[in-house]
Amino acid sequence: MVEQTIARPLAVDAERRPRGPARHALDLKRQPGFGTIAMLCLVMLYAPIVILVIFSFNTSPSVTRWQNFSLQWFVKVLENREIHDAALNSLTISIVATIVSTIIATLAALATTRTRPWPGQTAAYMVINLPLMVPEIITAVATLSFFALLASTAQINLGIGNLILAHSVFCIPFAYMPIRARLEDMDLTLEQAAADLYATPWQAFKHVTLPLLTPGVSSGAALAFIVSIDDFTITQMVAGPGQTTLPLYIWGQLHKTGVTPEVNAISTILLVVSILFVTLSFLIGRKRK
Amino acid sequence: MTVALTASRLATVQADLERRRIRTRWGLVLPAMIVIGVFGIVPLLIILVYSFLVAGGYGGVEWKFTTDAYVSFLFEKDIFDGTFKFVSDYLEIFWRSIWLALLTTVACVVLGFPTAYFMATRPASQRNYWVFLITLPFWTNLLIRTYAIMLIIRDEGLVNDGLRGLGLIDKPVHLLYTNFAIIVGLLYSFLPFMVLPLYSSLEKLDFRLVEAGFDLYATRRSVLWRIIVPLAKPGIIAGCLLVFIPALGAYITPLILGGGGELMIGNLIALQFGTSRNWPFGSALALILMAAVMSALIIYVRTSTERGRAAHG
Amino acid sequence: MPDAVAVEARSVTKQFGSGQESVRALDDVSVTIRENEFFTLLGPSGCGKTTLLRLIAGFELPTAGEILLGGEPVEHLPPYERPVNTVFQNYALFPHMTVLQNIAFGLEMRKVAKGEIDSTVQEMLGLVKMSGLGGRRPAQLSGGQQQRVALARALANHPKVLLLDEPLSALDLKLRQGMRTELKNLQKKTGITFVFVTHDQEEALTMSDRIAVMSQGKIQQLGVPLEIYEQPVNRFVADFIGDTNFVSATIDGQAGSFVRCRSAAGLEFLVTPVAGAATGATVTLAVRPEKITPKAGGNAAKVEQTVYVGTDTTYDVRLPDNTRLNLRVPNALSGQAHFAVGDSIGIEVPPGAARMLQD
Repeated sequence: MVEQTIARPLAVDAERRPRGPARHALDLKRQPGFGTIAMLCLVMLYAPIVILVIFSFNTSPSVTRWQNFSLQWFVKVLENREIHDAALNSLTISIVATIVSTIIATLAALATTRTRPWPGQTAAYMVINLPLMVPEIITAVATLSFFALLASTAQINLGIGNLILAHSVFCIPFAYMPIRARLEDMDLTLEQAAADLYATPWQAFKHVTLPLLTPGVSSGAALAFIVSIDDFTITQMVAGPGQTTLPLYIWGQLHKTGVTPEVNAISTILLVVSILFVTLSFLIGRKRK
Repeated sequence: MTVALTASRLATVQADLERRRIRTRWGLVLPAMIVIGVFGIVPLLIILVYSFLVAGGYGGVEWKFTTDAYVSFLFEKDIFDGTFKFVSDYLEIFWRSIWLALLTTVACVVLGFPTAYFMATRPASQRNYWVFLITLPFWTNLLIRTYAIMLIIRDEGLVNDGLRGLGLIDKPVHLLYTNFAIIVGLLYSFLPFMVLPLYSSLEKLDFRLVEAGFDLYATRRSVLWRIIVPLAKPGIIAGCLLVFIPALGAYITPLILGGGGELMIGNLIALQFGTSRNWPFGSALALILMAAVMSALIIYVRTSTERGRAAHG
Repeated sequence: MPDAVAVEARSVTKQFGSGQESVRALDDVSVTIRENEFFTLLGPSGCGKTTLLRLIAGFELPTAGEILLGGEPVEHLPPYERPVNTVFQNYALFPHMTVLQNIAFGLEMRKVAKGEIDSTVQEMLGLVKMSGLGGRRPAQLSGGQQQRVALARALANHPKVLLLDEPLSALDLKLRQGMRTELKNLQKKTGITFVFVTHDQEEALTMSDRIAVMSQGKIQQLGVPLEIYEQPVNRFVADFIGDTNFVSATIDGQAGSFVRCRSAAGLEFLVTPVAGAATGATVTLAVRPEKITPKAGGNAAKVEQTVYVGTDTTYDVRLPDNTRLNLRVPNALSGQAHFAVGDSIGIEVPPGAARMLQD
């Protein structure tokens, strides 16, 4: 027999027990306070953005005291010549960089997924993710040095092409991730079925792989676009005169005039653009599972 | 005779196919290699070289070899008697950056773990939305977000206005341009980086282990500290790394929230390529930062493989 | 003197979900489990047996009804305040702790003195024959070893009731059979009430003091193994336990304490009547294959298939009215005629061997 050396089992003494149908809190997964902290974090993450957006609709130039609802600052923004130029630069750089990086990332994803290991695969994977590992300031100064060297020794200056190339580099890993995820989810047997039905590898790619990959590619392109249009550090280092982008413009304004509702307004516009694209990317990525 | 021939021909065919497969894969990945190699890796090599050159008068470099850049990180040459004096300014900035990054990491764990746990225990249909909500701020412009924080914590900002309004203070509390401001900014930027790997880890937790804990008389607290946290350790470590490394090299946050006074390594580096016109020194600093980042990564990889080996006996 | 009651469920109902999608896992179930008993909940998946177990443990609360432990209602008690411990189906051993730490866990949580914890843990290791393996981690153990650790971990707390949720289902046959004996001995030795959940009827029959056969959230029959096997009350229990032949027959008349029933093909059975059985009524009879004896030279049925199963031979036979019966005859007895496909045989069923079902 098991000796009574073990402590007596818990006795449920009568006094301790509440009477009646009181039931114990059943959710065994619940940890007290965690929900509150989670909500707090959410509030903390969104409060600054929300406040910024709200005050960009403020009539008074103050960014702390609310006066009246007004769109005047947005109007001013839309009439601002400098902002037009900056926006043009931003869009040019980001659109081209997105296209370039998405194509490259798609090819890279096709190469590195759904396959038996091939020599050099790990190295390739590390290179693709390299821009994510290196702190942005280091990439910024390195890129600056690179283009400065190119300009001074080989007299090569690509103008805005410098920025496009610099952006493409860090956009590649961001486009790569959703495409790779989508590819890994895809059923390998579909291409095999296509081959069984006399499709050449190119035809199989065009008619089977690519259409199914489109959500991943779109998602990746959206992410690349956002990352490019929001970039500040690298752009600031590498940009030459006349190559102001929207983030650079905002920074310039902060220095010149300090905090103004105009800056709030243009910031709001950029924020809305980012949010739209992320939501898009998220929705596309979820469809057609 | 015929048998041997067929076998060897099969082997050749297989070798051919394999060669072709490898070639195709390499061909597909080549554009990425070239672009990142030329415009990503080569620049890094260039600043490696630059760190051993002499600073040019108007920025840029002179092609003469010297170790001045690295020396000047720790020492300053007295121009009168040529002796080297230990200078701690740059080292201080380095330590401060490490210290700030560490504090940020700890704050992210304290706030991020409960958040990730909460998300992981939501019904499955809700979880995707939570993930979306937590990551959305990450994809918005960091400059703008940091600027928004500045708006809130500066002297004329909302926090001070609110405190004044409630009658708790008379004069504004100086929150901006302090280490505190930087930590708040970094926390704000990197919280999603901690939450996501933690969430990933906690989502995979087998909650039957939690039930077993309860069955064995553990209270909620004990279950948390004795069962859940130890099992989430890989996620915690991954999150810490994901926060610490970028926080160490932060640039925008200390730029806006630290003013000119509270420099982190990132600002120091940028300064060398800007008004200080000392590219070699900036390159040297960048490489020292890279070395710190690489060490952290190597330690992580080493400890995770060791842990992996231990778990499987 | 009757044993005291260890666990009681009174009109317990458990419903999951709501509205159209609700599932009633338990439907007005009442059962009394006695102290020192090896009590088994037996049934196919989805019958509610695991749900009932979880209600006793405290991981779920009943939608209606009460659970009592030792005569006291326990709804308000979370699992960590109930004097019951569970052996989980997947063992749920803490992967980040050693065997020793796993077993000690419950004792630590209850703040037992260190010296006592150590000696208890060693005792438990000895009890499940795992002495010396205390330093290993669960990942380094085989399935059978993990199961013993799970057992030791629960027993270390000397619970009043031990709940076992299909603990043997992941083990291979030989191991399972060995563990059945060990578990039974353990229960006898410790005197702890075991509530055992399984879908394997052989397990239930060999190990239990009493069995509750469950289906669709209700207890179909409760009794000792002999009763369950020999006297199934309805079609489900007769079918679930062992093999059974079902024969439709009409009540002919009395024959002492039995009634006589005649099947369409003219087979005659003498059965114990159930309440309300009237002459002329059509009833379903359940007959075990091993209770039917084939006789050479008869023409009650024709042999369609024979299957040699080592210890026995089974015969599938067809009666003139197209009823099919399955017979099981031991091979070891000499003097038993062996029949081949196509043979005509007679059928003999001793009085009382067939059961009248309530349905």
